[in-house]
Amino acid sequence: MSKATEVPELGFIALMRYSWRQLTSMRTALVLLMLLGIAAIPGSLVPQRTSNPIAVAEFIDANPDLAKFYDSISLFDVYSSPWFSSIYILLFISLIGCVAPRSVEHYKAMRAQPPATPRNLHRLEHYQLLDGGARELERATQWFSQKRFRVRKSGNSISAEKGYLRETGNLLFHLSLILILVGVSFGSLFGMRGEAIVNVGERFINVPTTYDSLSFGKLTADKALPPFEITLDKFRAQYDPKTNAPQDYTAWVTVKDSGKTYKKTIKVNSPLTFGSTRVYLQANGYSPVVTVRDENANVVFQGPVPFLPQDGNLRSVGSIKVPESDPQIGFVSNFYPSYSREPGRAATSIYPELLNPELLFSIFSGDLGLDSGIPQSIYRIDTEEMQNLGLGSVKPGEIFTYDEGSITLETVVPWINMQVVQDPGKSYSLIGAIVAVLGLLSSLYGRRRRIWVRVTDSGVEVAGLAKNSTPGLEEEVADLISFIKENK
Amino acid sequence: MQTTWAYISNYFVYSAMGVFALSFLAHAFETAFAVRAPQNADETEGTLLTKTLDYKRTEKAARIATAMMALGFLLLLAGVVARGISAKHVPWGNMYEFSITGALAFTGAYLIALRKHDLRWLGLFVSLSVLLTLGTAITLLYRNSAPLVPALKSTWLVIHVVAAIISGGVFLLANVVAGAYLYLDSAEKKGGRPAWLTRVPSLEALDQLSYRLVAFVFPLWTFSVVAGAIWAESAWGRYWGWDPKETWAFITWVAYAAYLHARVTVGWRGRRAAWLCIFAGSTFLFNYVYVNIWGTGKHTYSGL
Repeated sequence: MSKATEVPELGFIALMRYSWRQLTSMRTALVLLMLLGIAAIPGSLVPQRTSNPIAVAEFIDANPDLAKFYDSISLFDVYSSPWFSSIYILLFISLIGCVAPRSVEHYKAMRAQPPATPRNLHRLEHYQLLDGGARELERATQWFSQKRFRVRKSGNSISAEKGYLRETGNLLFHLSLILILVGVSFGSLFGMRGEAIVNVGERFINVPTTYDSLSFGKLTADKALPPFEITLDKFRAQYDPKTNAPQDYTAWVTVKDSGKTYKKTIKVNSPLTFGSTRVYLQANGYSPVVTVRDENANVVFQGPVPFLPQDGNLRSVGSIKVPESDPQIGFVSNFYPSYSREPGRAATSIYPELLNPELLFSIFSGDLGLDSGIPQSIYRIDTEEMQNLGLGSVKPGEIFTYDEGSITLETVVPWINMQVVQDPGKSYSLIGAIVAVLGLLSSLYGRRRRIWVRVTDSGVEVAGLAKNSTPGLEEEVADLISFIKENK
Repeated sequence: MQTTWAYISNYFVYSAMGVFALSFLAHAFETAFAVRAPQNADETEGTLLTKTLDYKRTEKAARIATAMMALGFLLLLAGVVARGISAKHVPWGNMYEFSITGALAFTGAYLIALRKHDLRWLGLFVSLSVLLTLGTAITLLYRNSAPLVPALKSTWLVIHVVAAIISGGVFLLANVVAGAYLYLDSAEKKGGRPAWLTRVPSLEALDQLSYRLVAFVFPLWTFSVVAGAIWAESAWGRYWGWDPKETWAFITWVAYAAYLHARVTVGWRGRRAAWLCIFAGSTFLFNYVYVNIWGTGKHTYSGL
């Protein structure tokens, strides 16, 4: 026979009610709030797929076993992980459960009259007894209405109250947090985000195939992109000659949008806007423009090839792939905008501008693997199955000839990475954030207080009470009294 | 021309450090020599705990200390302004510049508060921490004056960074007060305050003060985070991306929100509240030091 303590049997509804009460209690909310802060920490220590995919790939390469464990508990996607989501969803449910009843209560309290004047005013703070009678009560009424107090008059006494803005601000602040959450989710469910590399002189047409990468929100039903075209006329990067640090990036573009053509500039802090879609200038680099000829001097490849910058001086890696030649040819290359080489050390770029551009490459022939179906990086070539034909280098205008053909570096043009983002939720978040700050201000600086005035046989009694013992009531009462005493 | 102004700025910062050091000495002198060993009835010297402080004896030292603090503030202000002129932008491009501006804001806050309340008991601490900040800045964090990188070229730099620096200064001040509370609380339980700390206000007053400071500046911190998000939207194409700095700003925000709720709605006071306050403040400090120097995100502007 079990001797366990008998638990009174709870019906389902009673159990639900009990859980709801627990969840919406202030203590639970506080614990959830602290948990949310702690749960956010791992995402700043472990690289995240959303903000730093390259670091995640490197981490997986370096520690495959640990990475597998990390991945199983979503450590690379902390902020969309089930455990992080469940904390903030519970917190928001708790918040709604707390704020909704309080809002109703507050609304009722705002419409109700202030509570009646207490019997014993002399026990309250700031109590004073003045000479006078009905005329003084009339003066007090006047003062209260000037100062916009809510007033309850009953017979020979006035009960006045002010400072509801404090609770209004408090509730608005919490409600606006919900609005921010709605805006964030709306943006990620119905938004769109894509990136495209555009060389100077090229045209970007806003259709899915122009993008290098493109992702839509889970519920984006209408995948049609707004129809605009952007031609990159010119790009200028300015650097500080002392520190080589970038000072300014400007892209001059020609925009074609709903039949109109106009010129614009894009800068890092001033994107282009098309409705809820914005186009950002995110990164830049160089594209060597090359011509590759076969042994019979027929052109088998011509055009700009974007290279990926590796450091602040824009030493860049890239690959020139020539699938048209037979056998296929690939150049595994490095590009240096300001080439420099000291004896015994690797080549490097010493300045990010084109002061002494040079393209270094290693030539490979064989299968480039473009038909293998495995997605390939445009910057790299898998040379395992290929034959090395030798090394070479060219400066702009130069030609390098090898047994199977030649390569010419015609010129070098800059490229920019355009980020196109559509976030239909961001205005909700912005409104939410503004209301949150305003609500916070009035809830932390607002003062709720009551003042009473009563005429008795011995004179006029005045007393006040400040909630949360905030200072300032004393001066207010003094002001009221001096107003009453005026014009005698 | 640019370099000349940078040199001028450095001279000002060095002189400010010298003057702050004098202020520190004067504050130390003021406290040390105010201790009066009372004579007992039998003319023997009293024990340490019965010693009293008589600040009238050292009023002159206190005045000198405050005057030095004000002079240091002016010199540092000149240093920050000259730094701005040399770089042709507001001097908040790297961690050296953040640190000297932060020290300036901290001294300024102290001097303004001093006009209303007698906070000279804090002077010893203020001068010491300003000295340490400037020392670290000029030895470890110093970078040549340079133009801003493109992402920083925005009006939001001024708005976002001013709000963040002021909030940070006040948060740290609240931490100091909470720390003083914890120290004095355990000292009083063991028998009494050390003589040189008798001038520090009562435990209740310290408890209230740290809460007031946080409640006063929390909306500003919220605004700073919001302003940062608005700026990020125009510079990086998203208003929130869980970049390490953003994550820690969020953690700081959540920690202070928890502190305010714990005090206002759950009624925490005293040691527990002080510890929570210190924890929240340390998340801010961690964000400033760790994420700026060793972090990987988009906010690594230390120039190190």
